[in-house]
Formats: sequence, structure tokens, C-alpha cells
Amino acid sequence: MAIRVAHALGIPCVSAVKGLEIRDRTAVAKREGPRGWEVFQVGLPAVITVKEGINLPRYPSIPGRLKAKKKPVERVMPEWRSGGLEKVRLKLPKEQGKEVEILGKGPEAAPEVVKVLRELGVIPS
Amino acid sequence: MILALVEHDRDRLSALSLQTLTFGRRLAKEADDRLEAILIGDEGGRPLADGLAAYGVSTVHVVQHAGMDEYAPEAWAESMVQLLSAVSPQVVIAAGSERGHEVMAHVAARTELPLAANCTAAEPGDPFRVTRQRWGGSLLEEAHLVGSVKLLTIAPHAVQAEPSTGVGHVSVTPFIPTLADKDFRVRVTDRVEKTGGKGSLTEARVVVGGGRGVGSAEGFGALEELARLLGGIVGCSRAVTSAGWRPHSDQIGQTGVRIAPDLYIACGISGATQHIVGCKGAKHILVINTDAEAPILARADYAVIGDVRQVVPALVAEIRKAIEP
Repeated sequence: MAIRVAHALGIPCVSAVKGLEIRDRTAVAKREGPRGWEVFQVGLPAVITVKEGINLPRYPSIPGRLKAKKKPVERVMPEWRSGGLEKVRLKLPKEQGKEVEILGKGPEAAPEVVKVLRELGVIPS
Repeated sequence: MILALVEHDRDRLSALSLQTLTFGRRLAKEADDRLEAILIGDEGGRPLADGLAAYGVSTVHVVQHAGMDEYAPEAWAESMVQLLSAVSPQVVIAAGSERGHEVMAHVAARTELPLAANCTAAEPGDPFRVTRQRWGGSLLEEAHLVGSVKLLTIAPHAVQAEPSTGVGHVSVTPFIPTLADKDFRVRVTDRVEKTGGKGSLTEARVVVGGGRGVGSAEGFGALEELARLLGGIVGCSRAVTSAGWRPHSDQIGQTGVRIAPDLYIACGISGATQHIVGCKGAKHILVINTDAEAPILARADYAVIGDVRQVVPALVAEIRKAIEP
């Protein structure tokens, strides 16, 4: 979605960002890549999409919410375009129906767990 | 023809791309068509092309351009758009990775073609049917994809990567796109390697996950020890990152990391849908939980009913006994 918006506006987009710093007219965005952080620098304006964990959400104050109520709301009706991806139905994924094997209760179960770890090849037998 | 975007890192094909190729090969077989691949990079991708024969790829298009030494989503997308008009595939697929989604979204925006993200199945024909994950995999959507070229990303771990049984020959053809400076306005300008030598959760064979039941940030010490003994890595649930016990990068789930280890040990995790989505790629799940009715037990192969704070130290001691002479 964000990429389509950026494309329509003709501005750059950095997606799935987990760190963002604005310096002058440039955004420095960090995202997790296969081998650590990837850093992108883009000129503003830009579209940035963020991932959970970028910050701790700040809840709006009561006076802020009261002020927001008085702001005018602009409504636009987008032009509907058919075609593309047409939903037929939604369904629940099949449950795997796994049968869980209870190895025991409390710390006394540890030897049983070690047996299973051996069977799975996680520790050498 | 079915065209698959293949990602690679440090001269290695990405695990999700191998799954994507497996998906593509099956789709090609069903449609009685061939599978071709696109590799992007300056010189790095070329040696990898031969390895794609094992996954049933008949032709690899290696995109070559001087500016491609670092990842640049728009340049990748523009190269694909130009290749698409040169080779006219019926279907284009990419891994449901950060990059795969990003590049395919750019391709879709540039070509105005429809894109179905996070597909778990596809059925060629008219209509072209797809099944795809919605809301992080808690629901599946069946849909028809209508367009001259179908763009799909494949949900991580929807299929297991399997090499083809037949021995094939792959032909490698270079593709030189015409790119403008604008296509490089977003590109990786720097990298910061992960510190501490900790491996990646996505690639770990054993993952030890901790939830609220671990009790505290300090409580993770025992889990770290368990992971160390098993050559694994520690992850956690959302409750833990919200409490500030572990960094968000350790979070397993819909908005965190998706794992696919041989063994996932879930300690004190009840198993919210969002967490299950992140760990359902695990081959085996061992649960340690006080609550025998916790939802995660429905997904588990093995369970120990008990307090993580007592069971994990006992298990650590028992494993030490078993592996240390």
C-alpha cells in the first residue's frame, strides 16, 4: 500500500523500518536485513513504513483528544477500480490435529526430556 | 513461463528463495510450463546460477548493472519490469520476505499488475486461483487473480524447499537494464553488522522461546544456558518485549521473527495466535508450561507441565550430565 502511494506521489519509499532519524532534509532509516542492520538515506519528502518495536506508543493526552475533536474532517471518495485480486472466501486454516505427548510434571520430567532430545538428534546419543 | 526472483546473501541462496523455487516448479509442472529465475547483483549472483538447476530452473536471467552492488528496491523493480516486457512470463513469484514484498510491490505499482501477497497455494487456469495468508496466517483467503501477468509472493514456510529429482541443465543469460539515477534514490548506504556473534533466529536449528512465565529479565539466564547447551538461540513472546525484558529483535510472531527450527522449546508461553504464526514452521515443538490447557499445547509434540523456573534449571543439569563426561 505504502509503495503504491509513494509511486503515485513520485516520492521514494523505505519500508519495514525499525529506526528513523531526520537530519535536515534527509531521513536515515534502519531496517533489519539478513546480516544485521541495513541503513538507507533518502531525501524528503518520502514515505516511510515502520515495524512494531520502533518505539513505545505515546497515548494522546485528554486535552489533545478534545482539541482533535474540533478539527475539520475532510472526506474524499476514491475512484473504484475493478479487477486485480478478487476475494472468493475466507476460511480458517486446518488445524494440524497434533497429539501432544506429556513427558511429565515438574523438574522430575527432565530425564524424559533428555531422551526426546536424543531421539531428535539435538544432543548426541 | 514462470519467473522467480531469487535472493542471495554472501554467495548463498536465501532459504525462502529455495522454497519459492520449489513452489514455482510445482506450479510450472501443473501448468505444463517452464521455470526461469532472475538473479540480481553486480557479479555476486553469477556463480549461484548453476546451483539453480537443482531446483528445476531452465534459464537464469542475471541482471547486471554497475550500481547493483548494494540493494536498491526501485532499481531491482525497474530491472524486473524491463525483463518482464522482454521475456513475457505468465506468472512472477518472489519470496514473502521483506525484500520480496518490497520489490514486487514496486513492480506492481509500476506495471499496474495485480499482486497477491503471502500465497500458500496457486492453481493455474482461468480463473487463476490463489490461497493466501491474511492477518498473519490466522485466516486464509481464496481469491482469483485477474491480470495479464500474475504477481505472487510466497508465504514463508508454506512449502518446504526440495531439490528437483531430475538432473537439469541451466542456461545463463545476462540482462542489462537501462536504469536512471532516480532508480537508485533508495539504496543501502551502510550496514551495521549484528554484534555479539549471535546467530539468526530465522536460521537456528534450535530455538528456546520464553514468555511471561519466565518471570523476569533475569529469568532468561536459564534459557540462555539451555540454548547454549543445545547450540540454539533464545527468542521470546510479545509479552516479554512489552515488559522490556528482551529487545524486540528477539520477538517471535506475526510482528516479529518467523522461525523454522528443527526444535522449538516454548517456555512459559501460552500461545496467542500471533505467536503461533511465528513458530508454526518448527518441525517439533516442546512446551514447558504450568497450564495444561494453554493453547500452545494444541500445537505441541511434547510437553512438560510445570513451572519454567524449576523445569529449565533441572533440564540444564540433566543435559549437562548427558553430554559432559
